[in-house]
Amino acid sequence: MTFFADLSTPIVMGILLGGLYTVIALGLSLIFGVVKEINIAHGDLVIFGSYFGYVAMTVIGIDPILSLIIGIPLFFGIGFAIQKYLLNRAFRISMDATLIISFGISIILQNAYQLIWTPLSRGLTTSYSLESLSAGPIRVSLVYLLNLIVAIVVMFFLREFLRRTYLGKAIRAAAQDRKAAQLMGINTDRVYAFTFGIATALAAVAGVFLGLTFPFTPVSGMPFLIIALGVVVLGGLGSIVGTFVAGMAFGLAQTLGGYFFGVAAQMLVAYTMVLVVLAVIPRGIFGR
Amino acid sequence: MQLVRGEREKQSEEMPEKTLLKVNQIDAFHGSFQALWDVSLSVTLGEIVAIIGANGSGKSTLLDTISGLVHPAKGSIEFEGKNIFTLEPFQIVDLGISLLPEGGRIFPDFTVLENLIIGSYNRKARPESAQNLQRVYQLSPVLEERKAQLAKTLSGGEKQMLALGRSLMSDPKLMLLDEMSLGLAPLLVNELYRALREIRARGITILFVEQNVRRSLIEADRAYIMEAGHVVLSGNVDDLREEERVKKAYFGA
Repeated sequence: MTFFADLSTPIVMGILLGGLYTVIALGLSLIFGVVKEINIAHGDLVIFGSYFGYVAMTVIGIDPILSLIIGIPLFFGIGFAIQKYLLNRAFRISMDATLIISFGISIILQNAYQLIWTPLSRGLTTSYSLESLSAGPIRVSLVYLLNLIVAIVVMFFLREFLRRTYLGKAIRAAAQDRKAAQLMGINTDRVYAFTFGIATALAAVAGVFLGLTFPFTPVSGMPFLIIALGVVVLGGLGSIVGTFVAGMAFGLAQTLGGYFFGVAAQMLVAYTMVLVVLAVIPRGIFGR
Repeated sequence: MQLVRGEREKQSEEMPEKTLLKVNQIDAFHGSFQALWDVSLSVTLGEIVAIIGANGSGKSTLLDTISGLVHPAKGSIEFEGKNIFTLEPFQIVDLGISLLPEGGRIFPDFTVLENLIIGSYNRKARPESAQNLQRVYQLSPVLEERKAQLAKTLSGGEKQMLALGRSLMSDPKLMLLDEMSLGLAPLLVNELYRALREIRARGITILFVEQNVRRSLIEADRAYIMEAGHVVLSGNVDDLREEERVKKAYFGA
């Protein structure tokens, strides 16, 4: 029984951590699936969300989660502009150009964070940061639980939006066949800008919850980008459910890896799991 | 009516004021390859016009250029008297031109119904969506039966019928059809052309590309024959059928 109780903690933590990974990966997955761009700057935009929450909390004095009311539209606008004024133009030259531009955005953002907020580690410490709930032998940190709830809420809204609205359908059509979408009267450049905007708004959400969960520095974006890339590829391109399942799997592999082999080996275990799954199912769990 | 030979055509004599589409001496490129050379063509309201030619003769490029996927390097394209050759594809759809691309290019991961609904994306067609959907179902009841099915699970003929229905959902004045019947069994081809005649009877003008010369010269009012990016011959189908060059090249007589 003690063994089970011991194991239950990493399992629950892994699933909840998977929620955070899902939210981080969803934006990346959306851009990858629709615009076919690999947004190297996605992790840095997520960290921008963390700093946004930090400023809201320390300068203005509002709760970081509440600050998303402004953060979501603001980040949407930033993402929309990045795609419209930079990437849509680069796109006409080659896909490599978009990769290089997003890499450039990543470097610019990291350096801007260093200048503005110094390389010191920051965190979003709130009144509920240390709260935890317990059910039987399992104790769960409230923030971790929020990660999972947010992942489910975000997935639900994203899915409904993509299914029910004309714009959502246009995004899905453009993802399947760009030329055919244009022939339906869809302005694909605008659809791409919307998609990038939505993905960046998701980065704001992810950033705030990341900041509530972990301390962050100006260069924290890259490790989370790498985790998100693993999650997206593992789940299968363009599948929301796949991203969610892969997020869980990655979180579980990490926490269970840490439990059995020590914290130093947790990422090694998680990435080995990604590689093994991809060796068996190259298209990912829910890949088409 | 007399046949008009050569690259240039005197449209002013043939076409009175109700010309719907007018392509004037366009050149178009695919990268550095010139696919169209000084091509002119016109379509009158209510007509059904065929473009005939072998693979690589520039037929598809001509339709792509009209629908804005390719912009002409020279010349102009007018639709209802307005210049459209600088517009983007989505703007051209708004004006009432719909292209059914080669292979249909339906959205495989959409259901049949989602494919049809996305066809009515443009602002003018959206309010008419429900009404047009009923018309499409009348035209092809099988689409209604299979509306909840994923499009990729349809048969080849059903996919093309879906592509045709999706094209109709945009409420077009002019439909451009690129090799609609390519690779289908004769029975299915007949079915598609039956649908096409019904569409025409509703007052929609049609410009279609076809490799099957015999079929084109039956279904169309007029035809343009293309070779290596040039229009080499055009006229009424009745006259074209009697034309020696057509007989030799396509009917082996």
